[in-house]
Amino acid sequence: MKKLTSNFKNIFLVLTGIILLAVISSSVVHSLVKDKIQQSKEEKLLGAVRKVLPAYDHFDTKPTEMNDGVEVMRMYKAYDKQNHFVGAAVESSSNNGYIGHIDVMVGFDQLGQILNYVVTEQNETPGLGARILDWFKTNHKNQSILGKNASTANLSVRNDGGDIDAITGATITSRAFLFAVRNAYFAFTSNTEQVASAVNLKADSIQTPTNH
Amino acid sequence: MKDSNNNILTKGLIKNNPLLVLALGMCPALATTTSGINGLGMGLATWFVLLCSNITVSLLKNIIPEKAKLPAHLIIIANFVTIAEILIQAYWPDLHDNLGIYIPLIVMNCLILGRAEVFASGHSVFKSALDALGMGLGFTLALTLLGVIREFMGTGKTFGNIVFPGEYGALLFVLAPGAFITLGFLIAGMNKLKKQS
Repeated sequence: MKKLTSNFKNIFLVLTGIILLAVISSSVVHSLVKDKIQQSKEEKLLGAVRKVLPAYDHFDTKPTEMNDGVEVMRMYKAYDKQNHFVGAAVESSSNNGYIGHIDVMVGFDQLGQILNYVVTEQNETPGLGARILDWFKTNHKNQSILGKNASTANLSVRNDGGDIDAITGATITSRAFLFAVRNAYFAFTSNTEQVASAVNLKADSIQTPTNH
Repeated sequence: MKDSNNNILTKGLIKNNPLLVLALGMCPALATTTSGINGLGMGLATWFVLLCSNITVSLLKNIIPEKAKLPAHLIIIANFVTIAEILIQAYWPDLHDNLGIYIPLIVMNCLILGRAEVFASGHSVFKSALDALGMGLGFTLALTLLGVIREFMGTGKTFGNIVFPGEYGALLFVLAPGAFITLGFLIAGMNKLKKQS
């Protein structure tokens, strides 16, 4: 079979045909696995929520959303069997990582004490900034944030007058991470009446963390 | 016999290894091979796209006018990359997170476009598929090897299994310079291997 000649009509028809085929085949594949993609995304998120929450019976799978104008925080409240509030997981983020965006999920008990955290997204330098995954969980000198409460401890790096040791060689990453954690705490306290009464703290008395 | 089926299938492994001899597709090779599993994943994704695009290009070679070759091939490749990305996102979300932007960038992998232009648009479907299988295997093996070496030297792990404690690893190998150094040594080793055979 001879090749089609390269006149305008042939080129137009062939390219249009190929584009149509491409559009159809990729849409078919997409519609086939759409639910699966959604499901694995949700599973990843809810997995992080389960990991950071205190002992609970059930939690809101639909988060309460908060927006401070720059960052969006999502809060998943957890309850025990008697439907008493036991704590919450807050997803928070910072755009000031060394390489872009950092997303964290922070778990609080009902008094606002940090129980655990999971970094759900980061692109920091391997071996340096990427150590946020477990650095702030490691009980060594002043680097752990677990068990700390932002109402009593200053959750920022030592260079900025805070109480937390930054990751060696990755101060910018540490700042961004702690900013997201403080933001999560802010969202947690300012939107949970249960918390406000428990820590005897009015929501508006908590200062918005300043961006740096 | 230069074009025997056997020859077409095996030339991508050593003699014309796309990464280590032809030096094609260096960008994903350097950027994504921070661990063995990432290198393997990237290699397999590229392999899938290469196979599909080679077969499709070969099927359509007679109806694509000479002057529309490049755009037509690009659309075909981009289509399979999109499909690959959707599938990876659905079934291997962790790998999707690790590879990130480099999955859509497979479109720009000169290995795939090169095989479509040079080989698939002038050979039968069967031979094009063999070519894609051989070249893809060579590329995947090279990427996996690169990833395994960098992961081992840098973090003391092999496919995530700890071999020696991470603090004795040379961080350099996980970072970009380590990719160049490792690739250099692999290419040198490959040249030695080629001379002997």
